[in-house]
Amino acid sequence: MLELRHVSKSYAGRQVLAPTNLRIETGRVFVIIGPSGCGKSTLLRLMIGLIQPDSGSVWFQQTQISGDVILTLRQKMGYVIQDGGLFPHLTAERNVSIMARHLGWNDDRISHRINELAEMTHFPMDALDRYPVQISGGQRQRVGLMRALMLDPDVLLLDEPLGALDPMIRSELQDELHEIFLSLGKTVVLVTHDMGEAAFLGDSILLLCDGKIVQQGTLQELVNAPTNPFVTQFVNAQRGPLEGNRT
Amino acid sequence: MRWLVLAAILPLLAFTPISCQQYSVRIGSKAFTESIILGELARHLGQSVRANSFHYQQIGGTQLVFRALQEGEIDVYPEYTGTIREEIFSGKVVHSEQAIRQALRERGILMTQPLGFENSYAIGMKEQVAEKKGMTNISDLAKDPKLRLRFSSEFVHRGDGWPGLRKHYQLPSLDVKGVDHDVAYRLLDESSADAIDVYTTDAKIRYYGIRQLKDDRYFFPKYDAVFLYRADLEQRAPEFVNLLKQLEGNVSETEIMTMNGYAELHRIPESHVAAEFLNKKFGIRVAVQKETVANRIWKHTKEHLDLVRKSLIPAILAAISLGIVATKLPAIVGQSLLGAVGIIQTIPALALLVILIVPVSKLGLSTIGSGSATAIIALFLYSLLPIVRNTFTGLHDIPIQLRESAAALGLPTVARLWLIELPMASQTILAGIKTAAVINVGFATLGALIGAGGYGQPILTGIRLNDNSLILQGAIPAALMALIVQGLFELVERQLVPKGLRLKSIG
Repeated sequence: MLELRHVSKSYAGRQVLAPTNLRIETGRVFVIIGPSGCGKSTLLRLMIGLIQPDSGSVWFQQTQISGDVILTLRQKMGYVIQDGGLFPHLTAERNVSIMARHLGWNDDRISHRINELAEMTHFPMDALDRYPVQISGGQRQRVGLMRALMLDPDVLLLDEPLGALDPMIRSELQDELHEIFLSLGKTVVLVTHDMGEAAFLGDSILLLCDGKIVQQGTLQELVNAPTNPFVTQFVNAQRGPLEGNRT
Repeated sequence: MRWLVLAAILPLLAFTPISCQQYSVRIGSKAFTESIILGELARHLGQSVRANSFHYQQIGGTQLVFRALQEGEIDVYPEYTGTIREEIFSGKVVHSEQAIRQALRERGILMTQPLGFENSYAIGMKEQVAEKKGMTNISDLAKDPKLRLRFSSEFVHRGDGWPGLRKHYQLPSLDVKGVDHDVAYRLLDESSADAIDVYTTDAKIRYYGIRQLKDDRYFFPKYDAVFLYRADLEQRAPEFVNLLKQLEGNVSETEIMTMNGYAELHRIPESHVAAEFLNKKFGIRVAVQKETVANRIWKHTKEHLDLVRKSLIPAILAAISLGIVATKLPAIVGQSLLGAVGIIQTIPALALLVILIVPVSKLGLSTIGSGSATAIIALFLYSLLPIVRNTFTGLHDIPIQLRESAAALGLPTVARLWLIELPMASQTILAGIKTAAVINVGFATLGALIGAGGYGQPILTGIRLNDNSLILQGAIPAALMALIVQGLFELVERQLVPKGLRLKSIG
């Protein structure tokens, strides 16, 4: 589905991604995890062509991502960022439908698709006419997800989608995302720094550190067969709620 | 959609002509009372032979008016032989009347015989001050190096003005400053100046009790008043030219000083003064329109609005485009573009107006009069900066995440600009437009410096005649118009800025 061939990226002389090879299989939930600044967002933005690699190439469905095909390819990719990345001057409905309208879908087709998506993401229909500042963070995230799914893309790229939410809503949305991923059977690439979230949502986990892939596999493999001490350290760094109880 | 409608309406609003009047005899005058009275004389003469004559009042200084004559923007204007010799043909050796006529004819311009009076430059001092310091001749100026000399800006720089005078009389370096000629009289009266340049036929000489220092070393040339007119006028309006020639030798020094006095000291409109003279002297009766204050303000309002709409609306369209281009280009190019627009703002208004006259007349556009392309282009340039800068800032400040989200959707560049970036920057852009509009309305008063009409005209006339009520007739409506324009854009803002941007967060 998605493939990175020997891709590297530097900003102002600092290498944020060492030459990397990566294949993402169709129909799986692929989680990229790692500490802050490890290059995980960079990896995701390379996949949708928001930034260009310094070396190597990025391939999507056997087509190399490059200037002239990028806009068409992006219509087959959904991209969600923290807090939804909603346009403040547009209502929730207009945010979701912006690309469909640009492509000339008729109103019926648009409203039919939005109904479907609102049901899937548990977004209240009466909030569709509200502006981003008028709805809660969790709902903004749902709108962001609806917008990404509007054109029924082949792959969904999520960059810390739940990062700005409080734990209760976060957990609720994690359940919903899990359901949605299962029901859609789409290829998903999810960036997070939360090990619990990665384990809960991911079929395969990629641990990144300082722009290099440290290990790739299931949670089981990361726990049982760490390739180096950092893996164990990272996996164990996530504290369970009861651990903090020192009495 | 609203934006598209607006984009279609704006150019129409800017360029739909309100009226398009053609005149058969166009008269010009310089920015002082005597010139305007002579101009009115010519206009009345034109009217009396049923020529459709129009008078572009107080166009500006010698060079501006002469250029307008040469370029055919006006047909006739009053001038002085000394000025033609020293100022228009400065640097060339044109001494005799014959030589002057020859040089003018080469430019397609003819000159009448002298009208009968001389108006020369002179140095004037308050009678008491001159008495106290014992000054009767210009050479006496050397006696007191502490003298404060306040000369009209033209006199300070003209070859036949201060530089020549100082050299001719070998005067020491004195405290000389250039001021507006009408302000100079007031400075002299309040003892803020010791000596000023005066016109010898000026009614204010008597009014302020001014002693004219004698030109004891004969520096100032002869300044016989004449009319200059385009040679083709003899074919186009022969009756008018014949009448104009009747004035030759028929306006005495006493007569012109009396007329100047009526206009300057008794505030009788120049048009009445000129009509009265023609009636008494030649029995020519002309109808003089009574112009009420309301009439005059309405006329200036129309002229002012015309300047504003023709400059501001194209400026809005151009500046937004420039602002967009500046954000899309590499940072260094974008910044240089902003810098260049900023530099325009630092050029003094009068300088910009004068600089623009040559290119504007090369393009065949009218440089003077109401609707002067010079004034419109200058106002256009002055209106760019706030809008370009705010467009740039508004687009630049859109968070990178949102710009990337728009790109990630697969929207092409133009659609992103139209659907996301411009609406998001609309508040900032409109704030820039509001600033530009207020600046524009204020600056448009300066258009009167080159005879472009508008509220600046009563302000300039008020300064010339020392008439505060006239100044207020320009200043108050100009301030009101600025407020109204600002209010108007406030309404536009409510229509155009998307609701989502005006809402406060629920937190």
